[in-house]
Amino acid sequence: MRLRSLQLIAFCVLMVVPCFGQGELHFCLHADPKTLNPLTVDDDASETVRYLTGGVLVRLNRKSQQLEPELATAWKLSKDNRTVTFTLRPGVKFSDGTPFTSDDVAFTMNSLMDPNLHSPVGDAFRSAPGPIAIKAVRNGTISITFPAPVSGLDKLFDQVAMMSAHSTLKERAVLGPFVLTDYKPGSYLELRRNANYWKRDSTGRQLPYLEKIYLHIQQNRDVELTRFNRGEIQIINALEGEYYDRLQTQSPAEVFDAGPSLDSEVVWFNQAPNSPIAAYKLAWFRSAAFRQAISTAINRADLVRLAFNGHASPAVGPVSPANRFWFNAKLKPQRFDQGAAIKLLIEDQFHLDAGVLRDSRGHPVEFSIVTNAGNKGRERMAALIQQDLASIGIKVALVTLDFPSLIERMTRTRDYEACLLGLVNTDLDPNSQMNIWLSSGENHQWNPAQTTPATAWESELDLLMREQASTNDANKRKLLFDRVQEIARQQEPFIYLVHKNALSAVSWKVRGAEPVVLSPHTYWQIERMSLSTEQASK
Amino acid sequence: MRYVRIIAMTLLSVIFGAALLAPTLAPSDYAMQFREAPNSPPSTRFLLGTDELGRDRLSRVLFASRVSLLLAPAAAAISTLFAGVIGTVVGYLGGIVEKVMMAAVDLFMSLPWLFLLITIRAMLPLDLAPVVSVIVTFTLLGFLGWAASARVVCAGARTLRSSMFMLNARGQGCRSWRLIAFQLLPNLRLVLWAQFLISIPVFVLAEANLGMLGLGVTEPLPSLGGLMRELENLPTVPLQPWRLVPIAVLAACVSAFQIIVSGYEVEV
Repeated sequence: MRLRSLQLIAFCVLMVVPCFGQGELHFCLHADPKTLNPLTVDDDASETVRYLTGGVLVRLNRKSQQLEPELATAWKLSKDNRTVTFTLRPGVKFSDGTPFTSDDVAFTMNSLMDPNLHSPVGDAFRSAPGPIAIKAVRNGTISITFPAPVSGLDKLFDQVAMMSAHSTLKERAVLGPFVLTDYKPGSYLELRRNANYWKRDSTGRQLPYLEKIYLHIQQNRDVELTRFNRGEIQIINALEGEYYDRLQTQSPAEVFDAGPSLDSEVVWFNQAPNSPIAAYKLAWFRSAAFRQAISTAINRADLVRLAFNGHASPAVGPVSPANRFWFNAKLKPQRFDQGAAIKLLIEDQFHLDAGVLRDSRGHPVEFSIVTNAGNKGRERMAALIQQDLASIGIKVALVTLDFPSLIERMTRTRDYEACLLGLVNTDLDPNSQMNIWLSSGENHQWNPAQTTPATAWESELDLLMREQASTNDANKRKLLFDRVQEIARQQEPFIYLVHKNALSAVSWKVRGAEPVVLSPHTYWQIERMSLSTEQASK
Repeated sequence: MRYVRIIAMTLLSVIFGAALLAPTLAPSDYAMQFREAPNSPPSTRFLLGTDELGRDRLSRVLFASRVSLLLAPAAAAISTLFAGVIGTVVGYLGGIVEKVMMAAVDLFMSLPWLFLLITIRAMLPLDLAPVVSVIVTFTLLGFLGWAASARVVCAGARTLRSSMFMLNARGQGCRSWRLIAFQLLPNLRLVLWAQFLISIPVFVLAEANLGMLGLGVTEPLPSLGGLMRELENLPTVPLQPWRLVPIAVLAACVSAFQIIVSGYEVEV
């Protein structure tokens, strides 16, 4: 009888294991990751690698939008929001077998807050200048004290992947569900399940279920869709509107529209004084009236309709209406009025000469907009903007570059005039935007890493962002961030264009995916995702 | 065969004539966006329909033919010229010279030209006019695309150098340069034509791919390669077969060239 029971159990296990134990998930990244160091991540591809490999103390549940324990079993915030104390999960090991201790937390936080690292994540913690104090309170408990209160402090740790202080593998030793095992630049990244991953499911089985993940570098969205249709990839994390419509007619169960996302499509002008662009052009780009005129001359409704097949909404400001609490409802939608745009430009010493807009010295207003190649929505937006601006006498040259070249120009050489890109928001809280709004931030793209604010309004933005980050009162924070949004709208350092809907596609073979509006939309619970038996057996 | 050649010549004349007269023949400006009519099917207003931004496809095909069918053959001529000179001389000389030169050609082919192209793009201003960008691109293609053809030409020259007419000419005291110019090259013209014709569609498509590096034809100027990028979206092609027009124009052009040239060779 006992033998029969054992046989029955063995049979059941054999039946179940192929459903969950094996399988390779394939999906595409649209560029090579800019960095594999989890502390310096500031692009989408690197963020994906960090999310899949990095272990964090606490994780924001993308569906409930509540923090959940991960490497920390408990945490406590001090009343002044300056100190957070974590109780670390015992018995956790890095992928290389080295134990996870408070030393690793201290090492990670010290590295993150090192000003020389220029970490965008570190900027979010920087509500005031000064060092942090780290104290191992007792075995397995560590407290981190910041120089000034940091609002939403615990939530920020969702983006801090812990690094090993002692491992010789450096960032290759990870605590997340997967380990990077192979990387062929321009081709693919191979991730294997982390055999030392600490998390288990309700039946006691070690997670993740998937054996491997392949991230294919694929800029071309058409090819990505073709590969999805062929079954070569199982997920499209950010789907274009046109493709969404097409897939919906073919297999409606495989496409998901989670509604307006937190992400924004923006265009901005390079205002950095050390950039190699003509002085007279820099003067245009630094003029608020010029930027406002460009913004007013762009037909956002057409961008939504033609570039995104209606799967987007015109942007009003830095915050998507999907972010209900932080969205400043007082901001009025940006009107499309080319007459008003010309009036603004004329007031700013520009003039129209036989249909060509010229500045006060007679230079024709011409500039280039760079964007990344392979993103059809963005390329269409660029073409629409080009024609909108041609209508007010401005000649725009469009340049599509591969992502690494674009990043190189944006962050190192600063050799560009205007840029059209998307801003990805992974968090609802404005603290996650510290690196954008602080004038010292590396992602203060129009004029990054300023030693002192270049303008009065940037100085005010610094004060407002720091103040909201150090205040506990949510309503007061809201008022402060509303003012940030107003300044952003008045000065238009970023010209906000549209908020795309969170569209995604997930093959029917994938189990456990629940697409949501927050990034990463489809694989936010990657460790619990698996492939059906048919896929696993292939 | 003669009638086929006449048809081919007529077709080629029509395509090149239409391309040259694009500003006159095009129903609208290639950049004009009829935003109220995106993705329209063919109609009396838009004979080939419109693209996703409402631009008239016929106008864009006409201007794209002008860009691609004039510049791609020019680039193909440059690369074939290089291939012809290098391949013929090296093939004629043979021996150690051929070995060294072919090794150099192999090295040239294996070099990562992508980095050179990225460097060139970095050196060029971003607000480069579309016309300048396209001329630079095709010139680059012409100067970089000769190596594979040179190998083929060299192989042809090697075969011919010990042929009877060459021995005869050498026996009559012909100098090397005369042997190459008046004996070898005329007999290699079929190979050279083939290389020239093969290069045209290759360069048209290469131009479209160079758009990824910020080279090539930039918006709103169309090119055949750029228009053919729409075919990457394969599932829509059966639903909108008029998207095939750019590839049909290119195929017709190359085929017509081939028929004319082969007919000429038969007569010779």
